[in-house]
Amino acid sequence: MNRINTKLQENKKLLSIYFTAGYPELNSTVSIIQELEKSGVDMIEIGLPFSDPLADGPTIQESSTIALENGMTTKLLFEQLENIRKTVEIPLIIMGYFNPILQFGIEEFCKKCAQVGIDGLIIPDLPLDVFEQDYKTIFEQYNLKNICLITPQTSDERIHKIDQISDSFIYMVSSSSTTGSQNSFGDVQKNYFKKISDLKLKNPQIVGFGISNSETFTEAIKYQKGAIIGSSFIKFIKDHPIENISTFINKLR
Amino acid sequence: MKYQVNENGFYGEFGGAFIPEMLYPNVEELRKQYLDIIATAEFQKEFHQLLKDYVGRPTPLYFAERLSAKYNTKIYLKREDLCHTGAHKINNTIGQILLAKRLRKTRIIAETGAGQHGVATATVCALMGLKCIVYMGEIDIQRQAPNVARMKMLGAEVRPATSGSKTLKDATNEAIRDWINNPIDTFYIIGSVVGPHPYPDMVAKFQSIISEEIKKQLHEKEGKENPDYVIACVGGGSNAAGAFYHFLDEEKVNLIAVEAAGKGIHSGESAATSVLGKIGIIHGSKTLLMQSEDGQITEPYSISAGLDYPGVGPLHAHLHDTKRAEFIAITDDDAMAAGLNLCKTEGIIPAIESSHALAVLDQKKFKKDDIVVINLSGRGDKDLNTYINYFEL
Repeated sequence: MNRINTKLQENKKLLSIYFTAGYPELNSTVSIIQELEKSGVDMIEIGLPFSDPLADGPTIQESSTIALENGMTTKLLFEQLENIRKTVEIPLIIMGYFNPILQFGIEEFCKKCAQVGIDGLIIPDLPLDVFEQDYKTIFEQYNLKNICLITPQTSDERIHKIDQISDSFIYMVSSSSTTGSQNSFGDVQKNYFKKISDLKLKNPQIVGFGISNSETFTEAIKYQKGAIIGSSFIKFIKDHPIENISTFINKLR
Repeated sequence: MKYQVNENGFYGEFGGAFIPEMLYPNVEELRKQYLDIIATAEFQKEFHQLLKDYVGRPTPLYFAERLSAKYNTKIYLKREDLCHTGAHKINNTIGQILLAKRLRKTRIIAETGAGQHGVATATVCALMGLKCIVYMGEIDIQRQAPNVARMKMLGAEVRPATSGSKTLKDATNEAIRDWINNPIDTFYIIGSVVGPHPYPDMVAKFQSIISEEIKKQLHEKEGKENPDYVIACVGGGSNAAGAFYHFLDEEKVNLIAVEAAGKGIHSGESAATSVLGKIGIIHGSKTLLMQSEDGQITEPYSISAGLDYPGVGPLHAHLHDTKRAEFIAITDDDAMAAGLNLCKTEGIIPAIESSHALAVLDQKKFKKDDIVVINLSGRGDKDLNTYINYFEL
């Protein structure tokens, strides 16, 4: 079974962390992953940096720019991850925009993912219908889960469609926004979390965007299976050594 | 109909809507409704009334006698430079603001490079009394101070894009991010035939008034609707899309798309996407795109701020792919010389973008009885500083 699905069956709420590969240092990728697992994180999203990350707020944009300046490339990421499965067991997901993956070659990209032990992909600008028509069978061939997003504006009809196509979890964007931290969630978001929970979808949901601290994390996992923290973690590793990651994680739960 | 967008938003293999889910409801709302709204008699009436009384259409199709004598062929200039606000851009913003009103949007956002589309958007927002926010690269804000002032006078808020290279592509990214953050009340007026479907088709349709008029005017002047050549410059490609539109299926009409070669196609400072680009995704569209081997979007260069976009609209990628249009790249130097030539020969100061189209006259030999229509997309007032510095006037 895919590591993501095994993890989702555990009887606990999940904490997933996003970071940008090649940031803050070109070669920090592997040590960040190892340190995150040691700190008790359940799942990791490795961001493949892109020059024009449309769905991201200033923090992740900046980390992507610096990662690219550091010399990060798709090829290099796979080299860095070559032996990752010798030391790391938790599910690993690559989150990247479509163009760099397209240039690498979709099939080649999926093949490399399978080789190094990646379990799923989040490609925000890969439309659902294009995925279904052109790439679904390739993803399946390499046992990669395609993780789709829903937002507060997504219609129930489309949520059910996404639920049908998905086979791991649904990435639930907390609010109508690009990525970036919020200090608390308002009633609109809380009602949205509850509403989605009431839809009784077959796939569990993990909440992302706007989760920055234990308050927002706790709120996000009230109705959902887990939550993803990105920008706020990026800010942390900008100012703190990798060895201190556990202090950030321990404050969350 | 060979060159029209298909129902999935593709021109051949180019186009589509490669957008994050956050934008899906907005783009879908527009996709479902734009054709129906535009087709209503009431929309058409208001659109054409404004084009006539406010924009000043039809713009003349001017027979450039001295220029024709110089190049020994028959040259007509389609005078988009005489539109209100100084360029063809306003044809599209009028269309989109009428659409935005019918979708009951109250807040308008736009991106701008040189500021022409920003000014055209600020203008129609003032006309309709709608709130207007224009994203503009921080570097462009410094380079194009007069247009920034014009937008402010028209009541728009100009927000600097400080990410990436701080130019047009980053302004577009910021406008898209704004739209993600304001999905309900906001309408995004894109300025060229780029972006996710239905934008390329919608903008091309609004700009198609250019070729519609050329046909009529040429019939009056020459007794036939079709010229031998239509020449237009291409950044994203909206004026070219408009000038080509009604000739796309007339295979005998040669279409020439003119890109900016900057300091030379292979100089590393160029915007010749059709030569340097590969298929990729930019701003929600699959098209030809200047990018690194690793798929990072690279920064284009041209002396003309309206042509330095790292992609071309998907329609143009398709015209290039099918060889329906010939693509020619013109350097800064050749464009500047052609611009000055038009000033001295015809008494018209063209925008530097349009000067690229004019420069084709020096690159390509036309027959004596060929009818060559050049789309003069904008006037040169905005470029005065560049002309002054370049020619040390």
